[in-house]
Amino acid sequence: MNVAVAVHEAHPEALTGAGEAGPAPKRIVVAYGFWIFLLSDIVMFSALFAGYAVLVRATAGGPAGPQLFNQTSVAIETACLLASSYTCGLMSLAIVSRRRYSTYLGAAVTFALGAAFLGLEIREFAGMIADGATPQRSAFLSAFFALVGCHGLHVTIGLVWLVVMMAQVAFKGFAATVERRLFCFSLFWHALDIIWVGLFTVVYLMGVSP
Amino acid sequence: MNLLGKLSWSAIPFDQPIIMGASALMILGVGLVLSWVTLRGYWPYLWREWLTSVDHKRIGVMYCVLALLMLLRGFADAIMMRAQQAVAAGGAQGYLPPEHFDQIFSAHGTIMIFFMAMPFMIGLMNFAVPLQLGVRDVAFPTLNSVSLWLTASGILLTNISLVVGEFAKTGWVAYPPLSELQYSPGVGVDYYLWALQISGLGTLLTGINFVTTILKMRAPGMGYMRMPVFCWTALATNLLIVAAFPVLTATFAMLLLDRYLGFHFFTFEGQGNQMMYVNLFWVWGHPEVYILVLPAFGVFSEVISTFSGKPLFGYRSMVAATMAICVLSFLVWLHHFFTMGAGADVNGFFGVMTMIIAVPTGVKVFNWLFTMWGGRVRFTVPILWSLGFMVTFVIGGMTGVLLAVPPADFQLHNSLFLVAHFHNVIIGGTVFGAMAGYTYWFPKAFGFTLDERWGKASFWCWLTGFYLAFMPLYVLGLMGMTRRMQHYDDPSWRPWLILAALGALVIMVGIACQIVQLVVSIRTRNERRDATGDPWNGRTLEWATPSPPPAWNFPLLPHVSGMDAFWTWKESARAKQPVAKDARDYEAIEMPKNSATGFVTAFFAVVTGFALIWHIWWMAALGVFGAFVTFLVFAFREHDEVEIPARVIAQAAGAHQAEAVP
Repeated sequence: MNVAVAVHEAHPEALTGAGEAGPAPKRIVVAYGFWIFLLSDIVMFSALFAGYAVLVRATAGGPAGPQLFNQTSVAIETACLLASSYTCGLMSLAIVSRRRYSTYLGAAVTFALGAAFLGLEIREFAGMIADGATPQRSAFLSAFFALVGCHGLHVTIGLVWLVVMMAQVAFKGFAATVERRLFCFSLFWHALDIIWVGLFTVVYLMGVSP
Repeated sequence: MNLLGKLSWSAIPFDQPIIMGASALMILGVGLVLSWVTLRGYWPYLWREWLTSVDHKRIGVMYCVLALLMLLRGFADAIMMRAQQAVAAGGAQGYLPPEHFDQIFSAHGTIMIFFMAMPFMIGLMNFAVPLQLGVRDVAFPTLNSVSLWLTASGILLTNISLVVGEFAKTGWVAYPPLSELQYSPGVGVDYYLWALQISGLGTLLTGINFVTTILKMRAPGMGYMRMPVFCWTALATNLLIVAAFPVLTATFAMLLLDRYLGFHFFTFEGQGNQMMYVNLFWVWGHPEVYILVLPAFGVFSEVISTFSGKPLFGYRSMVAATMAICVLSFLVWLHHFFTMGAGADVNGFFGVMTMIIAVPTGVKVFNWLFTMWGGRVRFTVPILWSLGFMVTFVIGGMTGVLLAVPPADFQLHNSLFLVAHFHNVIIGGTVFGAMAGYTYWFPKAFGFTLDERWGKASFWCWLTGFYLAFMPLYVLGLMGMTRRMQHYDDPSWRPWLILAALGALVIMVGIACQIVQLVVSIRTRNERRDATGDPWNGRTLEWATPSPPPAWNFPLLPHVSGMDAFWTWKESARAKQPVAKDARDYEAIEMPKNSATGFVTAFFAVVTGFALIWHIWWMAALGVFGAFVTFLVFAFREHDEVEIPARVIAQAAGAHQAEAVP
């Protein structure tokens, strides 16, 4: 797009858009915009984290963290998500070197691990609800389901996005737009990991300590 | 299972003549406009050139049009409230029943903040920022169109609530537990929440778009310290949007979960915490105040510098003050509820922080004064608004510092003193800034200037009307009158409220003058054409383009060699700017193609929002699915750019040069 033309001189600043070298290339602009979006998303999560921290003791006589959290299951979830970030990284490498089938493979493994994470989380939620620990039981459980569920919703959206991107690779190949979007996807996927690390710590580790 | 959820004929308030009359008037107005467009055959033109446009200038204009329409709606609410309080003294109940009066003050606040002040500021930023930066569009043009139409969706939903159902009766802040299902079982709060969630998403996307545009896309040579101050204030505003709006989204999501799925974030049962809502709301709400006023500060900076014929005094201190406000605005939120009882230390901290934030604002006022000092000030309409602003805003700021003292706030909290204070800063700051910007950039957008005489009449009406309407409220606040009263017993309040109602009438005359101004200006447009593109002897790059600028803004990207880039060129007789010597020097430009994505997304957003408000689940699913398909169509489209041939660009540039260079 011409609104983000490369400048005539090959100036180091030209790559970043900082300083006086003129508009940055489209690739930089898109990635930068997506970073800003991720930051805003993290701000949204921080509000949910704050809500959880305020309400963590508001159990209204109902069950609290230590009775509810199964750390084995959560550990497997965490392993799935972290491993999926690794395979997502492998996919990015395949994209850079334009290997289509390696890209598909990386995406498939990433999808499987993400889906496994999601399946385990749904099983955890279903178990809690079956035991009467529903979000309607107490403010603590409301905050728990909202925070963890919001992350789960993000993972779901990520999985849908990944499928759409693979369709784009199949139909359009590694066009510039497709490559930029794949790059944004991997940023998104890694950001979900970062949020999960915070979530794991605050909810599942600190939650079971007395 | 009801196919239409909670929706039935009883949702339409046939027994309320005032609401039905207002609705009929609104529907008639919309119907007249739509049939006029249809009869004149303007639909293809509108669709092609405006509704699907991704051009930042057109999007900016549409934002401002929406804001002006909503000014009329919000002002109608205001005048109804003033009329009610002018008569409902002693035993009298006035003409508005409590449940209607409550909806009016909630709608007035919501509309004026979210659908008038913010779209106006975002519209001005859309129009001016890329031009001032010397680039051809924003970073994400289609996303920009999505933002606009999502804002329009929120506006539409809010206005639908007038006819179908009801609006919130909770005040524009919707504090729980009042806004919880138990105490607000109707759809009013749901209208409020979904309208603001949808338009809030649009605002967030705008924030992302503009932060990226300003930090990553500036003309060659336009370093950070050469950006016009309006761009700096736009940057600060959009950083605030990116950091604050997600908190509002999360807070409203919690309230929605409470209302729809029986969660207990803010309820009495299940140990919910109502004060958490108040805290989260104002963590967004105080930065929001600066989201509204910082762009106005930018407009005043441009206007005062241009019409004083001088560079802005203390540019660097202005930038520093803007960014200081940007940071400090996140450290003062608790002053909205000192009476919550957080304790002396906490209240003390936030009181002191609130006083500190007045310091950078004071720096700005002195900078504007020193810019005018020694300049040749031309008393045009924009500078009148700026002068009115400086006096009014300083008064409003000082009452703000009064309220920042916690013991004083315990007396004045939720009184009309507070209402007077925030109208004093929002009208005196944001609205005056919007009007100054509207008059200042109008010739750039449409190619002819606005009538000065009617503009001046409007300014004086607004200014006197403002003082008449709001100074009495300070007095009433000190006399102990609280806000949002449908009627009152104390007859000694009445004369002041009648005076305030008269003030509102004077403001109404001011608004009428603005409408007349627009009509007169359009009718006499041929005499007031701006041929040079530089009607005010401007200083920044937007004045280097023809009026109205072509879709590509600049035929060749300008090279900036100092502050006030256009002024520098004029001083050096255009020596250094890239001017093509003959037509062959121009190159074809690729511009983003028009896209219906924004409009269609907004359509589905309205469908989804309406369905969720009325619990029509199948329709909500349909709306979400439609939005997803729209997104897929956008993602898979083949060509997203059109190439404008060099010949066309050369022609347009040649015409402009012939006019601009004598």
